Amino acid sequence: MDARIKSAHDGGAYGDVGDRNDRLSGDTPMTLLETRDLTIRFGGHVAVNSVSCTFRPGELTAIVGPNGAGKTTYFNLISGQLRPSDGSILFDGADITQLSAPLRTRAGLGRAFQLTNLFPNLSVEENVRLAVQSQSGVHYDMLRPWMTRRDLIARADAILDKVALGGRRNVAATQLSHGDQRKLEVALMMALEPKVFMFDEPTAGMSIDEVPVVLNLIAQLKQDLSKIILLVEHKMDVVRSLADRIIVLHNGQLVADGKPAEVIASPIVQEAYLGIAPGRSAA
Amino acid sequence: MMVLSGDPPRSRVLSIVLIVIIAALAVTPLVFPGAKAMNVATKICIFAALVASYDLLLGYTGSVSFAHTMFYGIGSYSVAIALYSMGPGWAAVATGIVIGLPLALLLALAIGLFSLRVEAIFFAMITLAVASAFLVLASQLSWLTGGEDGRSFQLPELLRPGTVLISKGVFGFELNGRVLTYYLIFAGSAAMILALLRVVNSPFGRVLQAIRENRFRAEALGFRTVFHLTYANCIAALVAASAGMLNALWLRYAGPDTSLSFAIMLDILLMVVIGGMGTIYGAIIGAAIFILAQNYLQALMSAASNAAADAGLPLLPGLLHPDRWLLWLGLLFIASVYFFPTGVVGRLRSIGRKPS
Repeated sequence: MDARIKSAHDGGAYGDVGDRNDRLSGDTPMTLLETRDLTIRFGGHVAVNSVSCTFRPGELTAIVGPNGAGKTTYFNLISGQLRPSDGSILFDGADITQLSAPLRTRAGLGRAFQLTNLFPNLSVEENVRLAVQSQSGVHYDMLRPWMTRRDLIARADAILDKVALGGRRNVAATQLSHGDQRKLEVALMMALEPKVFMFDEPTAGMSIDEVPVVLNLIAQLKQDLSKIILLVEHKMDVVRSLADRIIVLHNGQLVADGKPAEVIASPIVQEAYLGIAPGRSAA
Repeated sequence: MMVLSGDPPRSRVLSIVLIVIIAALAVTPLVFPGAKAMNVATKICIFAALVASYDLLLGYTGSVSFAHTMFYGIGSYSVAIALYSMGPGWAAVATGIVIGLPLALLLALAIGLFSLRVEAIFFAMITLAVASAFLVLASQLSWLTGGEDGRSFQLPELLRPGTVLISKGVFGFELNGRVLTYYLIFAGSAAMILALLRVVNSPFGRVLQAIRENRFRAEALGFRTVFHLTYANCIAALVAASAGMLNALWLRYAGPDTSLSFAIMLDILLMVVIGGMGTIYGAIIGAAIFILAQNYLQALMSAASNAAADAGLPLLPGLLHPDRWLLWLGLLFIASVYFFPTGVVGRLRSIGRKPS
């Protein structure tokens, strides 16, 4: 699980990581996640239109595009909240198109939602503890009191400290500020220890001084080269500083895919997205 | 602490009230050996367990079931029919248990897997339909269930009122079969409530609360919620069926009115709400308040009415006339729901807590 896997486009983007070639020798570049001709129609509207894309471990891909371009729908298809009308999703060598959302989570697809999606009346600690419990495979244990599993509580607390919510652990999730709820959302995903982290606008609606906490977390996760990070984000400065690769969705179609500098410079992106909305910072 | 699964009452007043109720139930046969007091105490014990199992569904998972009396009835009828047809004996009791519990379990499993996949309202509708069908079935299959008359039966020798185990001379009270049956019910109900307390405070029970809060998110965390909900439904059904068996043993009878009717379903709902949903302890308090009011309010009002008449007060004797007891019972419930929206337990717990 912890084995570092060499990235396919080894080189420039990771020039600072000197030891990466020693971590795993003789391994071929590998695709962990792939969507093939992924399509979903709602009535006559094609929200995601035949998107084929591969994602490799150690790569942070930013997904950009105007509002309504199908970014969140694309996420919902990958994490299983929606079933595609056409196409397939491959993960870790298996076709997961028919797998339910909980089973995809167990397989290693982690998701943080755009609209904060928590257990509002449970404590902050309990929110994360539930995620840790799921990750540990404790699903139907009904004979022991939950508090005897101190290991789960300790792991939850450690994650809360990482997202700087340790001091709020006994507060009900609904009483957190918006920014703290976003951090808790990220904490839930981290607790799942997924292979794929899917961030859907993690900094949306956050105050300016809270944004770095989340960005630092993402930057830390990036250090682990066995993970895929997918990031839907509107703030171009964030995308520029974090992304190894940008894909652009427009009207449900994949219109550009490449290194940040190339994609941002390409005419189609200038016209479809960046040209009209470079100044906006959040949805 | 461990016997309570790490979930103590968390309120001094609540602890005292619970201790008083449980102690009163424990000594009822010694202090109030009369038939009425014993019947009331037994009903409180059985309903505390029955309501606690309903709380597992309504309070912890948020699913509304109308089939709880059906499972209660399955338990009652299986013991009654077994004892009726096989004659009084422990083999018959065992047969009733061996048939009744798996039947309740299978039915709960089928209903759960069939209807808990989708929205909660569908589960409510399915349980309503199945429970109605079961009620009709029980009154139509006269050759098996005795129809509207139900089935009366005799208990095994040991549990009969005539069986004297320790005569009055030894400890100052008589331990007969009736008292033994009472303590059997008391212990059985206590064991079921403690088991439910363990379930709701287990890692599994925590997932149930998460599903109540946000089922979508629980799924996204990797919990296959349909199984959690189905298991909860099965556990609730097993406890309800067991409570039904205890009820049949006490009444020496099982019929539609004592175990299957929707009036009982309403009583259960009221007891959960009055006691406090999602607490388990609320079941004990709700059952005690409700059943005491149901049985003693009339007598209390009669006394109050007479006292008011003697004092020569206008209007009051009429208002407090015992025939109006249902009106006052209704007002009592409206008041309790209005003043304790989170139930008695929720209210008592929030008193001691500082506002954060």
